[in-house]
Amino acid sequence: MSPFVVQLVIVFGILVVVLTIGGMLIWLERRLLGLWQDRYGPNRVGPFGLLQVLADMIKVFAKEDWVPPFADKAVFIIAPAVIVVVVLMSYTVIPFAPGIAVVDLNIGLLFFLAMSSLGVYSVALAGWASSSKYSLLGGLRASAQMLSYEVFMGLSLMGVVMLAGSFNLREIVEAQRTMWFVIPQFIGFAVFFIAGIAETHRLPFDLPEAESELVAGYHSEYSGMKFGMFFVGEYLGIALISALTVALFFGGWMGPVLPPLAWFLVKTFLFICFFILLRAALPRPRYDQLMTFGWKVMLPLSLANLLITGAIILSRKS
Amino acid sequence: MLPLNHHLDALLQRKKRESMFSLLKTLWAVFITMFRKRATILYPEERPYIPPRWRGRIILSRDPDGQERCVACYLCAVACPVDCIALQAAADEHGRRYPEFFRINFSRCIFCGYCEEACPTYAIQLTTDFEMSEYRRTNLVYEKEDLLISGPGKYHDYNFYRVAGISIKGKDKGEAENEEKPIDVKSLMP
Repeated sequence: MSPFVVQLVIVFGILVVVLTIGGMLIWLERRLLGLWQDRYGPNRVGPFGLLQVLADMIKVFAKEDWVPPFADKAVFIIAPAVIVVVVLMSYTVIPFAPGIAVVDLNIGLLFFLAMSSLGVYSVALAGWASSSKYSLLGGLRASAQMLSYEVFMGLSLMGVVMLAGSFNLREIVEAQRTMWFVIPQFIGFAVFFIAGIAETHRLPFDLPEAESELVAGYHSEYSGMKFGMFFVGEYLGIALISALTVALFFGGWMGPVLPPLAWFLVKTFLFICFFILLRAALPRPRYDQLMTFGWKVMLPLSLANLLITGAIILSRKS
Repeated sequence: MLPLNHHLDALLQRKKRESMFSLLKTLWAVFITMFRKRATILYPEERPYIPPRWRGRIILSRDPDGQERCVACYLCAVACPVDCIALQAAADEHGRRYPEFFRINFSRCIFCGYCEEACPTYAIQLTTDFEMSEYRRTNLVYEKEDLLISGPGKYHDYNFYRVAGISIKGKDKGEAENEEKPIDVKSLMP
């Protein structure tokens, strides 16, 4: 087979796998939340409730595709598309296994950071275009939260970049042959992971969309497939952050016995389960507590991490 | 009254600080619930435990001798807070009262048990059955043939006419349990 066809197969394979993961996360999250809350998740619809995803998809597609008459129509429709496009674009730079990646960008990490910054647009636009008070407040809070947490998301990754010497994600994974970066960069890992949770607005940082706060925040006016896109976009974001954490800090596809792709998927799966455990376990902080935590704790930590890493690397070189 | 250590903290101006550690403890505590048995009862494969005095579907019971207990005294209809009981008294050829019709509208019934408390003969009783769903509301109006059961229900030995003072076929005045024979006052001479 010509390398073009192989590459095409890989690209479509990754797309299919990623979208399947986004769908199956609906089922996985509900079952795991039930497991950790002393109850069963959906277990009636298929074996172990697996067809619940299908039932949800049918429900979402069958809903009336309604745009509020007071909303800004074009922006209203574009906003959920933006988040899905942005997250799917970020998947192109992730190294699933040696040779299995959509594109081998030399600035892969920077591309991911740029895409996540674009993702803020979707939330802000959704909140604004809905022309409703709750949506606007939710959109404002979400964009402010995402912007603040993005600052130190980038900074925390600079330690990894310094250790690996490149923005290329495949080279970062290769540079972890001797030791996974989580050990020298533990603070960087913690900061990046927390920032990642805030970027995908998951609990404990899900004030913009929590059901008991602000109705549903920036997506209160959305229904049907547009809401489905926000929903699946959020799950894709979870999988993305998990995959990135694995690639950047936990050795990517490295491991003893299993094939590399299997290791990558297992490690990503464990992190996805950790995301869901966070949702099951932690209470939600107040908005000002959230912002205080970001600016007054996380940012100095990431700056200190950067300084210390830089100092140690320089002293090692000389 | 605030606890003593609160006053101490205020005095020494110490703040009780929440640390990252409490979050990790919460995460661990929720994580190990995974290894506990789940608290859900998977209805309808598993049934919940229903205590014997649980107030469910209403029935009309019979004596240990096999005759229906209800004497159509209307006390249950009066006691019912939502007026869902309707009945009409009639008497058979021996003078024993019985309800000509007895209707309970279960779409109104709140299963409070007041009718069971009011009944003097233990006729109307609330059982532990709750699976009474219907598709049509008119099917929820139960007539006497739906309510009358062939047994004594929860109270196995109670027979109203054995303890009541009224004279009925098979029992004269003075022949009930713990009852004394009526005294002929004209034979009481000083």
